[in-house]
Amino acid sequence: MNSMTTTDILWHRVATVQDIPENGGACALIDGKQIAIYNFTRRGEWYATDNLCPHRQQMILSRGMIGDMQGEPKVACPFHKKTFSLKSGACLSGDNYEIKTYPIKVEDGLIYVGLNV
Amino acid sequence: MNTEKVVVVGNGMVGYKFCEKLLKKDSSRTFEITVIGEEPRPAYDRVHLSEYFTNPNPDHLTMAPVEWYIDNSIALHLGDPVQKIDPSKKCIYTLQGKTFAYDHLVIATGSAAFVPTIPGVEKDGIFVYRTIEDLDLIISYAKKSKIGAVIGGGLLGLEAGKALMDLGLETHVVEFAPRLMPRQLDDTGSETLQTKLESLGIKIHLNKNTSFFDGAASVTALQFADNSRLEVDMVVISAGIKPRDEVAAKAGLEIGPRGGIVVNDALQTSQQNIYAIGECALHRSMIYGLVAPGYEMAEVVADRLTGGQKSFSAFDMSTKLKLIGVDVASFGDAFGSAEGATKICFEHKEKGIYKRLNISADKKHVIGGILVGDAEQYNMLLQMVNNKMVLPEHPEDLILGARGEGKSSGGAGVMQLPDEAVVCSCESVTKGALCLAVEEGNTDIGAIKKCTKAGTGCGGCVPMVNDLIKETLKAQGKVIKNVLCEHFDYSRQELLDLVKVGGLKKYDEILNQHGKGDGCEICKPAVASILASVWNEVILKQDTIQDSNDRYLANLQKGGTYSVVPRIAGGEITPEKLIVIGEVAKKYNLYTKITGGQRIDLFGAPVHLLPDIWEELVNAGFESGHAYGKSLRTVKSCVGSTWCRFGVQDSVSFAIRVEDRYKGIRSPHKVKMGVSGCVRECAEAQAKDFGIIATEKGWNLYVCGNGGAKPQHALLFAQDIDEETCIRYIDLIMMFYIKTAEPLTRTATWLNKMEGGLDYLKQVVIQDSLGINEQLLREMQLLVDTYHCEWKEVVENPELRKRFKTFVNSTDSDAEMAFEPMREMKKPSNWTV
Repeated sequence: MNSMTTTDILWHRVATVQDIPENGGACALIDGKQIAIYNFTRRGEWYATDNLCPHRQQMILSRGMIGDMQGEPKVACPFHKKTFSLKSGACLSGDNYEIKTYPIKVEDGLIYVGLNV
Repeated sequence: MNTEKVVVVGNGMVGYKFCEKLLKKDSSRTFEITVIGEEPRPAYDRVHLSEYFTNPNPDHLTMAPVEWYIDNSIALHLGDPVQKIDPSKKCIYTLQGKTFAYDHLVIATGSAAFVPTIPGVEKDGIFVYRTIEDLDLIISYAKKSKIGAVIGGGLLGLEAGKALMDLGLETHVVEFAPRLMPRQLDDTGSETLQTKLESLGIKIHLNKNTSFFDGAASVTALQFADNSRLEVDMVVISAGIKPRDEVAAKAGLEIGPRGGIVVNDALQTSQQNIYAIGECALHRSMIYGLVAPGYEMAEVVADRLTGGQKSFSAFDMSTKLKLIGVDVASFGDAFGSAEGATKICFEHKEKGIYKRLNISADKKHVIGGILVGDAEQYNMLLQMVNNKMVLPEHPEDLILGARGEGKSSGGAGVMQLPDEAVVCSCESVTKGALCLAVEEGNTDIGAIKKCTKAGTGCGGCVPMVNDLIKETLKAQGKVIKNVLCEHFDYSRQELLDLVKVGGLKKYDEILNQHGKGDGCEICKPAVASILASVWNEVILKQDTIQDSNDRYLANLQKGGTYSVVPRIAGGEITPEKLIVIGEVAKKYNLYTKITGGQRIDLFGAPVHLLPDIWEELVNAGFESGHAYGKSLRTVKSCVGSTWCRFGVQDSVSFAIRVEDRYKGIRSPHKVKMGVSGCVRECAEAQAKDFGIIATEKGWNLYVCGNGGAKPQHALLFAQDIDEETCIRYIDLIMMFYIKTAEPLTRTATWLNKMEGGLDYLKQVVIQDSLGINEQLLREMQLLVDTYHCEWKEVVENPELRKRFKTFVNSTDSDAEMAFEPMREMKKPSNWTV
């Protein structure tokens, strides 16, 4: 895996654009950590979050459906349909959970996810 | 800025809630909060303590993790009981020798289990039911026990009884009073509950006064005053609570004659800057042993400290709970003890339902009541009591519901509540506040929970909050249309027509033309189902709009693995195919189980192995069983006239024919069928969406039944018909269902909601009253003709196979997946929270 450093986050190259389904997600393993990557084609946006749904501690969010609530991009956990903002990680379905979001960028068809050093 | 020190003694539910409320009100951060707890872990949910038996992970019950206290700058000091309060120095001292100074002290020490002084109570095997540590002791002792008894038939005692039952013990509940839950139920209510609990295997002993515990070092029997005896291996005492007031008493605070720290309406103790809240507080000679009044006390003190003037007044002790699956509620003046009160009662012994309403002497108001077995009306009745609402003309409707066919009691009643009616008592949210929140644009339950916190405690008010949302919108003149979600202003039926007429095949196209926004987890699978029902193309062409199971053509299970169900039409399978299933299961180390639908489920397949597993199954002649889809599952059959000496028709052959015809067809919800070879009905066909039962002359067709949470028998649709007619009727009903039902609606609910019900359905299908039969049959034939095995398509298509990956950048297996051995196979590790 190639890595590039900027100030305090380390960018990890994880996949090519074609690897992630349109308007869907996939899971990348970065240094043993599971990160969900979403290709929100409809909005032309990319997001990265924890793959772990905090509700029942399941590694699953990358397999969830994405969409929006009042314009806020979100992912729905396949297990019990808890939904989380892809931007802030806040739970949008009224529960007291939160997931982490990570910076993500696409350069020359390659996807990079930034993790804190 | 000057800060003031608030010290909270006790980190239980109420102590925690106080911190939460104070933080919310104290926006300028005037207060420096310190919390001192005796138990080793942060506050946890004691109301749901019995869940610990099925999920022995304490984090599951935690109110907020340690990080929450850190994030909110609360100093949390656990595992160290407070030993002394010195009101003159405004200091407290802990067992470990720590000293904390305070400006305001809040005592929230709660209560301990009350243990009666019965001889022998010190023996091994006798426990109380109060903390997680108590539960750990009970769990470990239960491993070597067979028979357990709970002393105390109150609310908590019955909870403890359920826990013993869950631990696999023969369970007895012993109560001193002549009835169960003596504070909440009358004799008939208790009898109803007792019958129900006994049918579940709990033995109830009333009027029993335990005189001593027998046994050497460990308890072996309970000896009662009436000379009877009960042999036991362990005992749980749940005979009430006693307030934890020792430290307060030593500090010279006023204590009630039977315990409890005396407080005024501001919840101040005899020392003005020391408050007591929750189960340790004695307010107007009353100890409140429920969480809702405790939360209200927390609210009052938080309000007072931040300059408010709230006070605590007598709190309603009404309660509703599910005890071992039985709804029990008791509200207001449950026993009708007010002068001149009369009652209306309804009792249905066989169903285990008892309802009692107490009416005021002037016959104008409900003053209280009891519900056992069915407590659906609890919220509304409680509101009527609390708000002194005027009784309707026929008050019996309140407990019986509006009667007569096709009538539903509906949710309109909620709008008659006054604005100050408290709908969510855990968070003290009024109807007025909820309606305002809806008017401000919070039009779904998620948004309401977020902005008002209503429904986030026990959750009991959620149905009522939903009704309020609906009715408020209606009152605003907003048309309450059955719309899919915020992205489509159409019902499923309307959207299906639009898709068909417009020849639309792609979700994005449909969203662009008929919807708005970017879609969500509600409309995506609904549209996917519509597309499958109209065009029947390979669903994985648009995999990211499919619901979890459809996306990977398998059933998502705990831990993130999938289960695999090959089709075994009619439940008939050759020895060769059985061997293949066995070999595949062995090779991939899968857990195997016979399903309720007469087929075999293979559990524990990680997503990347699904195509390999299916390749072997497809090569052996298996097809997808669509166990993952909202579509036909199985056609269950009994062996019928070919082998059975009672059978009158060949039910297996017909079941296979039916299953092969409808397999793979997507519908608004799952569809199950059954075919029985004679009236003995061994296939249980009347519990299915379509049930076919052989007669001497042909077949009887039953429709729209289901099992599940609300079982409903299928209704007889046609008698003594031949196979062709039977198939024709199923074609028509199923297609009519596919085109008109709301998403995720089973056929039973669809028919229940249909105006005119079964008679109307018969007119449409048998008399062709809508003139659409020719079209319905054509549409059904298209679906039958375009059947394809989804798994065969995937196995043979490298592009589709690629989507079955655990990681996009690694071939590693998911290291987080954990299994445990179970009997001779395995199971996933339980949820860890």
